[in-house]
Amino acid sequence: MNLTALSHFSIPFLMGNSLNAWSEALVGFAPMGLPLGLVILAAIPLVFIAVYALTYGVYGERKISAFMQDRLGPMEVGKWGILQTLADILKLLQKEDIVTSSADKFLFVIGPGVLFVGSFLAYAVLPFSSAFIGANLNVGLFFAIGIVSIEVVGILAAGWGSNNKWSLYGSVRSVAQIVSYEIPAAIALLCGAMMAGTLDMQKINILQSGSWGFAHFFLFQSPIAWLPFLIYFIASLAEVNRAPFDIPEAESELVAGYFTEYSGMKFAFIFLAEYASMFMVSAIISIVFLGGWNSPLPNIGYFSLNDMTNGPVWGVFWIITKGFFFIFVQMWLRWTLPRLRVDQLMYLCWKVLTPFAFVSFVLTAIWEIYVR
Amino acid sequence: MVDGTVLSRSVQKSSAAYAVIHERFGDVVSSFDGNETMPFFEVLDTSLWQEIALFMRDDAKLQFNYMACLSGVDYPADDKLGIVCNLESLGILGYRIAVKVNCSRNGGAIPTVSCVWHTANWHEREAYDMFGITFTGHPDLRRILCPEDWVGFPLRKDYKVQETYHGIRVPY
Amino acid sequence: MQELDIAGLGSVRVTRKSDNVVVLEKDLATEQMLLAMGPQHPSTHGVLKLECLTDGEVITEAEPYLGYLHRCFEKYCENIDYPAIVPYTDRMDYLSGMNSEFAYAIAVEKLLDVEIPRRVEFIRVIVAELNRIASHLVAIGTYGIDLGAFTPFLFCFRDREHILSLLEWASGARMLYNYIWIGGLSQDIPADFNKRVKEFVDYFKPQVVELYKLLTENEIFVKRTKGIGIMPADVAINYGWSGPMLRGSGVKWDIRRNDPYSVYPELDFIVPVPDGRFSDVGDCLSRHLVRALEIDESLKIIEQCIDKMPGSQGFNPKAAIPKRIRPKAGEVYGRAENPRGELGFYIQSDGKSTKPLRCKARSSCFVNLSAMKDLSKGQLLPDLVAIIGSIDIVLGEVDR
Repeated sequence: MNLTALSHFSIPFLMGNSLNAWSEALVGFAPMGLPLGLVILAAIPLVFIAVYALTYGVYGERKISAFMQDRLGPMEVGKWGILQTLADILKLLQKEDIVTSSADKFLFVIGPGVLFVGSFLAYAVLPFSSAFIGANLNVGLFFAIGIVSIEVVGILAAGWGSNNKWSLYGSVRSVAQIVSYEIPAAIALLCGAMMAGTLDMQKINILQSGSWGFAHFFLFQSPIAWLPFLIYFIASLAEVNRAPFDIPEAESELVAGYFTEYSGMKFAFIFLAEYASMFMVSAIISIVFLGGWNSPLPNIGYFSLNDMTNGPVWGVFWIITKGFFFIFVQMWLRWTLPRLRVDQLMYLCWKVLTPFAFVSFVLTAIWEIYVR
Repeated sequence: MVDGTVLSRSVQKSSAAYAVIHERFGDVVSSFDGNETMPFFEVLDTSLWQEIALFMRDDAKLQFNYMACLSGVDYPADDKLGIVCNLESLGILGYRIAVKVNCSRNGGAIPTVSCVWHTANWHEREAYDMFGITFTGHPDLRRILCPEDWVGFPLRKDYKVQETYHGIRVPY
Repeated sequence: MQELDIAGLGSVRVTRKSDNVVVLEKDLATEQMLLAMGPQHPSTHGVLKLECLTDGEVITEAEPYLGYLHRCFEKYCENIDYPAIVPYTDRMDYLSGMNSEFAYAIAVEKLLDVEIPRRVEFIRVIVAELNRIASHLVAIGTYGIDLGAFTPFLFCFRDREHILSLLEWASGARMLYNYIWIGGLSQDIPADFNKRVKEFVDYFKPQVVELYKLLTENEIFVKRTKGIGIMPADVAINYGWSGPMLRGSGVKWDIRRNDPYSVYPELDFIVPVPDGRFSDVGDCLSRHLVRALEIDESLKIIEQCIDKMPGSQGFNPKAAIPKRIRPKAGEVYGRAENPRGELGFYIQSDGKSTKPLRCKARSSCFVNLSAMKDLSKGQLLPDLVAIIGSIDIVLGEVDR
C-alpha cells in the first residue's frame, strides 16, 4: 500500500507505522500463491460501508426522522432499537426474491448490480487517512465524479426491466436528473481542484494540513469558496436522489419509483447503494472543501491540539465524522422540505446552478492566478 | 298553498321566482306547491325541461346558477320515475326552488341538463345507474357507482338483487 | 348485454365477451400511454381509479372511475328507521362524522317541528367544529405528504390525537360517533369537558402558527401549488362546488352564514376568502389556504360556544326526542357545511311510516370530484397529484 511522508507527526506516527506495517504484511500474505491478503485489504472499505449503512445509515435515518417528527422511532429491538437494522437485513435476506413474469429478466437482475457497483467503485479513491487509500490515482477526483455515472445504466435497466409504467417514469426522471446535475457538480469540484492544483485526492488532503487547523481548509482559503461548496452540496443531493430532489422515488406519486418491483436482497442492494453514495458524496465534499482527514483543531499556543489530533488513525476518525455530519444535514433536509417538481428541478439545474457554477469557476481562477 | 297562513320569507321568494317561470311557460309547469320545507313545482311537459332549465339559469330575474342536488325518485304507485332538482341563485338573488320532472317506468326518458349545469353530469349518471332513467343528450351515460356490467337498477322499489356476479354469490 | 356506443370525448364501448369477461374499450391515440392511477395508490386518498392518458409527463385526459367503496347507503335508508340511519351517516365521510350527523339531524328536524334545547345546540356546534379542525388537519397533513413533506403530517396527527381523545370522552368513540341524534344528543358531555376543550384551544393556537410556517409558507410548497389547477368562480358554481373549494375560487359562500342553522347566527367568525395576494385566486394554494385559515375560525367559534353555553342543571339531552320519530308527510332538502363542502340530504317522508321513502345524500366530494376531468387537462403528473390533494376527497362520501 501507500507510504506517505508526513514526518512531523510523532506518537501517532508510530501507530501509523504499525498500520502501514500491517497493511504491508497483508499484501505479502499470499498462501498457495493466491492474493488473499490483497482481497482482504480491498474488502475493508466494503465492510466499513456495510457496517456504516447498517448502523448509522438506516438506523440513523429512522431515529433522526423520528425525533424531528416528535416520535421515538425504533425502540424495541435491542436497547433504543440499535439492532433494528440487523433484524431488517436478516428479514430481507430470507425474503422470496420475486421476479415478475413479464419482466425483462436480464435487465431486471442486472439493474441493482450495476447500481451497486457504480456506487461502491468510487470508494476506491477515497482517502480514509494519510496511510490508507484504496488506489492513489493521480486523477482520483476525476475518477470519483465519473464512475458515479454508471449508476445511470443501472437505474435505466431497473426501471425498464420491471415492465411497470410507474417504474419507467421513475427511472426516466432519475436519469434526466442525474445526468443534468453532474455538470454543476463537476464544475464546483473543479474549483476545489483549481485551488489545490491537482486532481489527486491524497494530495488535496495534504495541501489542507497545517498547524492552524480549519484555517487551512479550502473553504476558508478563498473568499468565494463557499459558492462552489454550496453548489456541490445541492448538486450532490440530486445525484443521490435525496429530497428535495427525490422525484424518481417520489413515494407518494410513484410508490417507490424505479425499485417498486424489487423485493428481498435486490431491494436491500439498491437501498444500501443509496446510503453508500450518500456517504461518498459527503466524503468528497469534506475532502475537497473541508480538509478530509485533517483535524480542524488549531494549535493554540501551549495546547498543540492539531498535533495531538492528527495522525493516520485520527484521520479515519475525522473524515468519518465530517461525512456523518453532512449525512445528518442531508437527512435533515429530506424530512423538512417538500419535493420539487420535475421541470422545476431541471430549471434549478440549468438556469440557476450551472451559471453560478461557471461564475464561481471564473472567480476562483482569478483568485488563484492573481492573488495566490 | 293554504289560504290565510303567512308564508315565510324564503317561500315568498321562491313564489316570486315561480311567478316569472309561470309567466313565461304557462301551462307547461304545474302550480306552485309552497310548503315550508321544500317549495317546488313540476314540469308537466318533459320535452321542454331543457329549455326551462336554460331559462332559469340565464334569465336576469332568476339567475339560478347553482344546482345543489339532482335526485332520482321512484313512484311505484303511479308507475313513474322522476327526478327532483334543487336549484339556487347562489350569491346573486338568493332564490331557492325545487323542480320535479317525471317519466314512465318502462323506457322513460328525460332530457339532460348537464349542458346547463355541469353538476348534473354525474348526478344524472347516478340516477341512470340507480333507477334506469335515460337522459337523452347526455354525453357519457353509463353506470357510475355500480360495476359496468351490473344487472338491474338497485334503488327501484321492486329491485331484486341478482344471484351471482362473476361467480360470486351476491345475497348473503 | 347492450353495447352503449356513446359519442363524445373518449368514446367508451362496453361489451360482454363471455360469461366472466367484460371488456371496456376506449379509443387511444398511438403516442399516448394509458396509465391507471389505480384503485391502490398512495395519493388518491382512497380507492379511486384515475385513468390517465399521458403524453410523456403531460396528461391529456384523466377520468375518474368511482364505485369501489359504494356501500348502498341510500338503499339502507329506505329499510331502517330514521334514528338508525345516524350511524350510517357517520360512515359516509368518516373523517368528519359529527358534521355528517349534524346535517342529517337538521334535515329531519325540519320535518319534525321539534324544539331543540339551547344547550344541545351549543354542544353540537362545539363537537362539529372540533371535528372540522380534525378533518382539516388530515387534509393539510396528507397534502404535505403528497408533495413530499413528511413532517407536517406527523405534527398534524399529533394534534389531532388530542381532538380525538376529547371526542372519545364525549361520545365514546374516536371516529364513528353516533352522537348527534335527531332531536338531541345521545348523552351529555362530561363534567370537565369545557375546561379541557379550552385547554386544548389554548395549546393549539401556537401550533397552528408553527404549522403555517413549516408548510404553507415554505417556498417549495408554494411553487408546487401556486397557479396549479385554477378554477374560475362562475365555472366552479356551475360545477356545484361548495365549501373550501368555492371559497378558494373567490366566492364568499358559507352555509353557516348564508343559510344558517343551529346557533351560528349568534357566533362571530369570518369566512376566509383568499384575495390573490399570497396565491392566485382559484388555484390549489388558495384552497389549501382556506382550510388552514378556517382552523383559526373554528377555534374562535369553540371559545365563544364555551362561554355562551347554558349550564347543565336539570338537562336531559334526550328530552326533546319523540318516542317514535315519524316526520310529517312532505319532502325536505336540508344541508350543512361539511369540512369538504355542502352536505345535503333530500328526504321524502310519507307521514305514516318510521322509515324514509327516499333519503338521498348529496355529498360534497362527489360533486367536487366531477370537475376532475376538465381540471386535469394539460397538467403534469405531479400537478395531478397536487390537484387531487387540494380537492380533499374522502371516498366514503364520494361513493356512499
